[in-house]
Amino acid sequence: MELRAEGAARFFLRKMKSSNIIYAVQKTDLTLEPGQLAVISGRSGSGKSTLLNMMCGLLKPSEGTVWADGLDLYSLGDGALSRLRNEKFGIIPQGGSGLGSLTILENVMAPALMYGKGKEIRKRAGNLLERFGIAHLSEAFPKELSGGELRRMAIARALILQPEVLFADEPTGDLDDENTALVLSVLRDAADKGAAVMLVTHEGSAAAYGDVLYAMHDGVLSGN
Amino acid sequence: MKFRHFLSVRNLLRRPVRTAALVLLSVFMSFSVFAGSVITASLRNGLESYSARLGADVVVVPYAATTKGTLESVLLQGIPGNFYMEAPLYEKIRRIEGVEVAAPQFYLASATASCCSVAVQLIGFDPDLDFSIQPWIRRSYEKELAEGDIIIGNRISMPTDRILSFYGVDCRVVAQLDETGTGLDTAIYANMDTIAAMIRGAQERNFHYFDDIDPANAVSCVMIKVKDGYDPELVAGNINIHVRKVSASKAGSMISGIAGGLKNVSAVIGLLTAVIWILAVVILAVAFAMISHERRREFAILRTIGATAGMVSGVILGEAAIQSLIGAVCGIALACLAIFPFHTAISSALGLPYLMPRISAVLLYAGLAILFTVAAAAGISAFSAHRVSRQDAGILLREDN
Ligand SMILES: Nc1ncnc2c1ncn2[C@@H]1O[C@H](COP(=O)(O)OP(=O)(O)O)[C@@H](O)[C@H]1O
Ligand SMILES: [Mg+2]
Repeated sequence: MELRAEGAARFFLRKMKSSNIIYAVQKTDLTLEPGQLAVISGRSGSGKSTLLNMMCGLLKPSEGTVWADGLDLYSLGDGALSRLRNEKFGIIPQGGSGLGSLTILENVMAPALMYGKGKEIRKRAGNLLERFGIAHLSEAFPKELSGGELRRMAIARALILQPEVLFADEPTGDLDDENTALVLSVLRDAADKGAAVMLVTHEGSAAAYGDVLYAMHDGVLSGN
Repeated sequence: MKFRHFLSVRNLLRRPVRTAALVLLSVFMSFSVFAGSVITASLRNGLESYSARLGADVVVVPYAATTKGTLESVLLQGIPGNFYMEAPLYEKIRRIEGVEVAAPQFYLASATASCCSVAVQLIGFDPDLDFSIQPWIRRSYEKELAEGDIIIGNRISMPTDRILSFYGVDCRVVAQLDETGTGLDTAIYANMDTIAAMIRGAQERNFHYFDDIDPANAVSCVMIKVKDGYDPELVAGNINIHVRKVSASKAGSMISGIAGGLKNVSAVIGLLTAVIWILAVVILAVAFAMISHERRREFAILRTIGATAGMVSGVILGEAAIQSLIGAVCGIALACLAIFPFHTAISSALGLPYLMPRISAVLLYAGLAILFTVAAAAGISAFSAHRVSRQDAGILLREDN
């Protein structure tokens, strides 16, 4: 699936001396292509998360459009958009994202269980946990895991339904070098298998894994 | 099970303290409304049964019995009384204009008898004249009461055919009456001949209940039915004017005193229930608002993996429904434990007749209490669910703020 932002911008209301609105993301064009890993780097507060959320259907742009294979993402109803997110997108949010009342295995299977496809996915969930080295934690709850383990769980959950587009918002944020390398290679691998991948990071080492590099500065995206 | 139901249940189980606190609020809500309505209904029912048992238009007692409120304590609390008027007074009362039937009753307190740990009221009536006791007896005993037969009130536990002895007179229990919720539940009924035998026994045993009145020639009170077209108030007035040493009162005024008491008690119960509900609803609303604010990110994460706003609302509503249902059921169970074993205590604490409504009515009140409690929680949580689903998930997802 090709995902394309066309003039997408987003502002927020905020009390300021001069004006009440601040643009977190200025009018932006961005295309995520299958098989490509796009790396977007920038300082904290530059608008990376806002852009990512607009791309993945979680935040409606205040201007512009996001096209998914020629379909206006935000013209879809909540039901269809949610379904699309469930089946075609894999999202790794910034920060910890465990659902506290579910075990690690249930967390990973949740996207499948949600629309009633639990059984056949069970084995795949087991394999992913194995691959990320957290199989022994499948019956544990998120609060019992370290930051790195939780991040690996979030990645397994994002991959469970073999998404066509993968979004990762600072997935290596608070990880050690070993975990960082693991996460980045997993994203690289997903792109090699044909997914469009959007990686938002302030990690310098991430650039080496990317096909396309962008920099975000005060809400303005620039290529290189 | 649907995933959102599974998730609701899991969320409740994994947060036992939070869940228990919310369940507790629902316990208060259903307890108060259920207990309040059962007690109020029991009092209303008790009042009805009391006026039905009184069954007369005018009640006449000797003057001495009014100052002490003795008849009322017999009828309401079942405290045995001994008060008498001479038979000629009865004859006079009978001839007052407007009196259709004047049925005498004779009261005698038992000395600690073989049956009961406390003294009970023995009530004698004249089967030919009585119109208030016999229709009630008919419900549990078809035949005429022979000499030596007694019928016991509902709260005296004795099997039929048991022989009890009062003042040396052996009596056979022939039946037990239905519950009335009044003092009459601890009374024992016999015809005048049986009572006369007991009186002789009491005199022989030197009980000085009778002062200088010859008990063989006395009655305790007279129940009057007035002729059609006569005002009970006027008939009572006439008796008070023409017959000395007695006091006649309209039965209605004895009842209206109780009705007034009932109104007050119901008002207090209503007020208490309202206060509990207002408090509980406010606390519940604040708690839900705080909890759903706290859980914003959890809901947003559900959205990132593909949950619709409706599913997230479903999880919130599901949790509210389950915990309020559990709370409501527990509240009713607690109320049952608090009310049913203690009706005697409640009745005597309030000093009002108290009679449980039919089980179908109790079930109805329970159903309504559950419905209201669950509806309140669902309504309040629907408000939170709406606030959550109105926002873009991308905004809820932000960890700060
Ligand atoms: N919901 C919001 N309300 C107000 N301001 C916001 C909101 N979301 C983001 N912002 C602002 O927009 C800017 C970009 O935020 P964000 O996209 O989170 O940056 P980054 O992910 O690059 O750190 C920041 O200045 C942030 O304070
Ligand atoms: Mg960010």
